[in-house]
Amino acid sequence: MKKFSSLLHNLILTPSRNTKIKLLQDYFKTLDINRAYALAILSNQLSFQFIKASKLRELVYEQVDQHLFDYSYDYVGDLAETISLIWPTKKEGKSENLSNLIENIKKIEKSEINTEFSKILSRLSNNERWTLIKICTGGLRIGVSERLVKTALADLYNKSVNEIEEIWHGLEFPYENLFQWLKNETSKPKIDFRKLFHPMMLANPIDEEKDFKRLDANEFQAEYKWDGIRVQLMVASKSVSLYSRTGDNISSAFPEIIETTKGDAVIDGELLAGRSFKPSGFNDLQQRLNRKKASKDLQKKFPVFIRAYDILFYKGKDLRKLSLFERRKYLEKFQKENKTNQIDLSFIINFSTWEELTKYKNNFHGDLNEGVMIKLKNSEYLPGRKKGYWYKWKKNPKLVDAILMYAQRGHGKRSSYYSDFTFGVWKENELVPIGKAYSGYTDKELLVLDKFIRNNTINKFGPVREVKKEIILEVAFDDVFPSTRHKSGVAMRFPRIHRIRWDKPVNEVLTISEFKKEFKLS
Amino acid sequence: MDFINHQLFIKDINLHIDPILPKKTAIITHGHADHARFGHNHVIATRQTIDIMKIRYGDKCAKKFTTLRYGQKYSIKNFNFTLYPAGHILGSAQVLIEKDNHRLVITGDYKVGKDETCKNFKLIKCDTLITEATFGLPIFQHPNPNDEIQKLIQSVKINKHNCHIVGAYALGKAQRVMNLLRQQNYNKTIYIHGSLKKLCEYYSKEKINIGKFEKVSSKDKNFYEGKIIIAPPSALKDRWSRRFPNPIICMASGWMTVKQRAKQQGIELPLVISDHSDWNELLDTINKSKAKNILITHGQEDALVYYCKQQNLVSKPLSIQGRSDEEIE
Repeated sequence: MKKFSSLLHNLILTPSRNTKIKLLQDYFKTLDINRAYALAILSNQLSFQFIKASKLRELVYEQVDQHLFDYSYDYVGDLAETISLIWPTKKEGKSENLSNLIENIKKIEKSEINTEFSKILSRLSNNERWTLIKICTGGLRIGVSERLVKTALADLYNKSVNEIEEIWHGLEFPYENLFQWLKNETSKPKIDFRKLFHPMMLANPIDEEKDFKRLDANEFQAEYKWDGIRVQLMVASKSVSLYSRTGDNISSAFPEIIETTKGDAVIDGELLAGRSFKPSGFNDLQQRLNRKKASKDLQKKFPVFIRAYDILFYKGKDLRKLSLFERRKYLEKFQKENKTNQIDLSFIINFSTWEELTKYKNNFHGDLNEGVMIKLKNSEYLPGRKKGYWYKWKKNPKLVDAILMYAQRGHGKRSSYYSDFTFGVWKENELVPIGKAYSGYTDKELLVLDKFIRNNTINKFGPVREVKKEIILEVAFDDVFPSTRHKSGVAMRFPRIHRIRWDKPVNEVLTISEFKKEFKLS
Repeated sequence: MDFINHQLFIKDINLHIDPILPKKTAIITHGHADHARFGHNHVIATRQTIDIMKIRYGDKCAKKFTTLRYGQKYSIKNFNFTLYPAGHILGSAQVLIEKDNHRLVITGDYKVGKDETCKNFKLIKCDTLITEATFGLPIFQHPNPNDEIQKLIQSVKINKHNCHIVGAYALGKAQRVMNLLRQQNYNKTIYIHGSLKKLCEYYSKEKINIGKFEKVSSKDKNFYEGKIIIAPPSALKDRWSRRFPNPIICMASGWMTVKQRAKQQGIELPLVISDHSDWNELLDTINKSKAKNILITHGQEDALVYYCKQQNLVSKPLSIQGRSDEEIE
């Protein structure tokens, strides 16, 4: 545990990719017993929802005054780190190894969690405590991607990272077959490709100035970009399963898709809300997300369907090395053979110059498409965000000027800066908040805003500061929907700070009714 | 205690403590730039604080100087002033003010732990305590500085082809780091950024063991492999630091307790070495001073005010103009 926690500590503080790889390799080289856990943790594969954040708070409140903890958490901006620092250190125990510790924790009876887990936290060092809490709550956020871990392993054993990538989702803890193959003790693990999630091919944003000069429009095809969630649908004779972009199985939440799909294929597409293949917007889809189940009622009220983009396997045949152009033929074949009301095909836009494509990007389909995707006709299906194959070209965002009202300190790399901003527009003589944003600004703008907030606080509500109403933010957002949950009656999709409007006086900001009118909400 | 206002100004005798702007009479607790400023008419301080001010601002940085020894009483009208060691940096002092049987202590910046580079903190009983709160949150529990300096020494041993640049404030922290290295038997020459030179020479002259040091010069790049270089934090991000071979960026500061802070600043090897009291030391000082009235300045006041109220002590934050949290040396 000591070694693993100092590995994480060093990884989080090292900016250099090469040093990170070296640190990972040094760890994997030496430790046999713990490496399986280490690999599972570093690649987010350890499903170990042993203790939730709320439970941790409960435990820490038993140790320290609640207010003092809250002041500290507000300052640090990271729950695991705050707890690890504030936890009263008892006598440090003998260092335990990572795998024993986790195995022991797994054995704890539910009724004993509070006392047993507190005991463990008390005998660990600060850094080990931090590590353990990160492991237990999931999501390390130490600046190490799954890909980097695989790269480190591949380099260490002279394999190609793509080879690891291909079999990755078919591997299981404790990865014996992986390590044996890496060390050349056995051949590459055999995996039934139809049963496992395949990492998706992702697009890079297009650089309008550079890329359009460089790229030949004839070599690309374009499709609309839809605002749903990217999914992978696995159809094998008797089992159908649906995966999210991150490889989570979300089948149980979308029974209508699971029940109706037939055939034998792996399909890549977008899950959208809507009836008769007419998308109705992300807000409707939201009603179906993050649920374990969907009642008949909910299915009726917010129906969903899949718009298929691509096909990876067809009747057991791996199509990923074929060109996109070829794969499309298979996709059309699949759809013809297995017609349902739940799957349609993504439309291919006919265009011959980039100028021509612009109008599709901006105007078509009203507000429902997010822009267009531009894909090399010749592209194989490659996992990850490879450069030069697929591009996304988003519509210009919508913009509104709003007044900064409240601010809160950020988390992670922005901890301690006031970096979460709530902004609003006028409603008669007062302001009503219309959204909250924590990105989009430059580092310089963040410093200016942070300073303004510290010097112009007029009220504190716990961690939230109310500020003088002087700063106007130009907020960019993808879309806005009516909402009954918010006082203003609107909910923004992906708002971010576009720039600070030093030039504009606060009384020129819109009223909420003007805002609704402008964005067609009333 | 009504005789002093929230700016640490005593109107009756026109005297300020650590004023930001030039004033007639100023008691200066220590030489850091957010406490000691240029241009007062009359400065009252320890000999070392006055020396440091002269090094930093020139001999004429005040018209008149009055040197006080620790424990020596100084009176103006019916006010008695005495300076006591604050344990913060060389020459640092707390100010005891006695008037009509009321004892008020202004701690200035202080540290309770042991430190070979200055006189150690002395606890003074009083009725009113004005304490700093730079690290006034219970997450701040400073580790043993010797263990922290060992991390640096170990890293130097392991990473033979890198140089280690340690960010440390020019006055106090830099010399403390050097002294701690010497205590751990690191006997090689320590290389310093030019802006540290005069103050290091002064510490040496004052018989503080900081060992052999040399100003960084434009030597062959590889010369600095395996060496320790000390520089002010502002130089870490500067072009200055790029001349060195594979530098590992370190920082000696109490703020380094928080990993996310270290990461934000691009620090690869954080060393939690502080010249301020940590949470427990602040509480200890408040309790042992027996003061019934606690005023809190500089930093994270909220949690400390809350704590004092829990203890039935009268307490409130004292906002001193011109200083915001997290910009403190």
